[in-house]
Amino acid sequence: MKQPQSSRRSFLALAALAPFAAMVTSACGTSGPGASSGGGASMWYLSGEPNQTTMQKAVDAFGSANPDNKVTVTYFQNDAYKTKIKTAIGAGQAPTIIYGWGGGTLKTYAEAKQVEDLTSWLAENPDLKDKFFPASFGAATVNGKVYALPNQYVAPIVLFYNKELFEKAGAQPPKTWDDIMSLVKTFNNMGVAPFSLGGQSRWTSMMWLEYLLDRIGGAEVFTAIFEGKPDAWKDPAVIETGTKIQELVSADGFIKGFSSIAADSNADQALLFTGKAAMMLHGSWTYGAMKKGGQNFVQDGKLGFVQFPVVAGGKGDPKNGVGNPAQYMSISSKASEKEKETAKKFFKDGILTDTVIDTYINSGSVPIVNGIEDKLNTSPDKDFLNFVYDLAKNAPNFQQSWDQALSPTAAEALLNNIDQLFLKSITPQQFAENMNATLGK
Amino acid sequence: MSNAVSTAPNTKAAARTATVKGGQRDKALAWLTAPALFFFVVFAVVPLAGVLILSFASWDGIGAIGSAGLGNWFSVLADPGLYNALGLTFLIMLASWLVQTPISLLLGVFTAGSQRYRAALAVLYFLPLLLSSAAVAIAFKALLDPNFGLATGLGLPFLAQDWLGVPHLAVGLVIFVIAWQFVPFHTLIYQGGVRQIPKSLYEAAEIDGAGTIKQFFHITLPQLKYTIITSSTLMVVGSLTYFDLIFVLTGGGPGNSTRILALDMYLRGFRANLMGPASVIAVILVLIGLALALFLQRLGGKDKQGSQLEGM
Repeated sequence: MKQPQSSRRSFLALAALAPFAAMVTSACGTSGPGASSGGGASMWYLSGEPNQTTMQKAVDAFGSANPDNKVTVTYFQNDAYKTKIKTAIGAGQAPTIIYGWGGGTLKTYAEAKQVEDLTSWLAENPDLKDKFFPASFGAATVNGKVYALPNQYVAPIVLFYNKELFEKAGAQPPKTWDDIMSLVKTFNNMGVAPFSLGGQSRWTSMMWLEYLLDRIGGAEVFTAIFEGKPDAWKDPAVIETGTKIQELVSADGFIKGFSSIAADSNADQALLFTGKAAMMLHGSWTYGAMKKGGQNFVQDGKLGFVQFPVVAGGKGDPKNGVGNPAQYMSISSKASEKEKETAKKFFKDGILTDTVIDTYINSGSVPIVNGIEDKLNTSPDKDFLNFVYDLAKNAPNFQQSWDQALSPTAAEALLNNIDQLFLKSITPQQFAENMNATLGK
Repeated sequence: MSNAVSTAPNTKAAARTATVKGGQRDKALAWLTAPALFFFVVFAVVPLAGVLILSFASWDGIGAIGSAGLGNWFSVLADPGLYNALGLTFLIMLASWLVQTPISLLLGVFTAGSQRYRAALAVLYFLPLLLSSAAVAIAFKALLDPNFGLATGLGLPFLAQDWLGVPHLAVGLVIFVIAWQFVPFHTLIYQGGVRQIPKSLYEAAEIDGAGTIKQFFHITLPQLKYTIITSSTLMVVGSLTYFDLIFVLTGGGPGNSTRILALDMYLRGFRANLMGPASVIAVILVLIGLALALFLQRLGGKDKQGSQLEGM
């Protein structure tokens, strides 16, 4: 008679303790969320088409070839991901595979010993290393060591334009900054916004500064900033860049309401393909998105693209490019040995397989793989693909996007100051001074 | 006040004069606060201490934590961004109170009536209460888009302003959307308050020949004194934590024009990897919140424990 009673009591005690036990064990867990109990690896990746489908197919294919070493992916929106991954790494809850853009953020991770050093592993696998554009390893290297594997495609910033609107206006795509200023007048008189811009995202506005500074002052100006040289932001080229931007804003160069348009919802691309805006400076990745979402705008040959114009008297090489030399994947140093092995196997056999390369080309991107000229030429998008390929290959300097190249602290200050520069709430001189205070941070 | 409602000060007073037996029972009862106390310490005191410590540390959120001494405090207090955020926080707090209090007070009085059409209207008024802040923000953002929003859809060009792209418009809009979201909640509080007022007061006033407006100012408003204080406390202290709505709606922009203190803290901490300065802002937020709550309690007067129906 006693026994059932006591067992019931101990059961109740256990039930009362269970939440605490769960709390304690979950607090001690070292593996990242989504990591499976076997030899699998977890990965976080960006949502949005066409890349999400491509990655899912690659992961599925790898999973069926390696049933014991599956990779599980969770998808996040771009801006949300950037915050989430940082927080997760800081909390020791990172996924096995850390997706990113290299540069300053990767440097922070590497210096905090949160990501694996892949230098020797790449030396053991020369075939893999030789597969990629050599330039793509630049932003993956910190203090001479490689901490990430380049991935996906090269994505320079391109000046897109709406051919239909240009025909209507009887205008030619801009070759110089003066062309841009006169096109602004032409299109404003037609009642069409000259440039589309998703200014609320701020990195979209930054693309203008990247190209302008390069064309005006040459690649050396930003290199000095990147290296943290004293007063590097106070270069006269920076002031001239800011002045030119504010002139363009004052001349109504950007669409009405640009500072409340966010790029995450692709509203800026929609403005271009619906004919509300004539031009757009944006990453080459928007080609694929416009092809998918633009109601045959791309397929009917209405999308034009040119290199960023030159600025009269500027020092920069007009062939220079800016943008993302590649995207990157690192391995969390907090992952278990088994998870790391799976990640490396996936790096070798799973990503940038022939199928994936074809998928990227079909969606209008140039994968960072050597020897794909023949494949590019058979694609229906061969004009654009060859344009991007040549831009990336022939650029004497290919500057990585500033918000990725700089440390997170400096990048946030930069984006905040760019926003104010475009709103004309600070002068170009104030911009230079504010940014100068972030050097070395 | 009846004995059944025994508040904390009352039990203390009772314990002082009670027999030994009664004192023991109180001691036993004190143990009942243990679970609440445990959670309070774990989820409030410990993180608060952590934030205080972090405000004197330099940490990027990823690497090792180092000491920064008073450096974070000096740099944040010398930063004009802090005063912009402080000013905005108080502006939005004050404007929210000024906009929401009269509207929700009048709506509350109105919906406290008993006719059937009021019940139907009340359901409509309370609708925003059911939506999450993020959903409200996304919906307003889409409706206000100058190129694809409501203005183009309905062919109303005067609505096609750059609502979220011009600093002073954006601030005004944030105040409006906050009001749209929270007025229903405060209306509900006032409705409850009005329904507590005894009918006999109004009957007496009617016999004396007082009209509806006189009744409102001489009976309803004075009787709602504590309801107003409760609602205002929630509004004012709550406005310190407005975050989700503004974050989704404007992200603090354009420029810094809607970057309130809570948002400033988040952006410094999680975007710029400056956990130390972000913790300084967090401590400032806690201090302001405490000061405001104390001030509003004082405003209630010392007799606030007493009945509102005295003399009845």
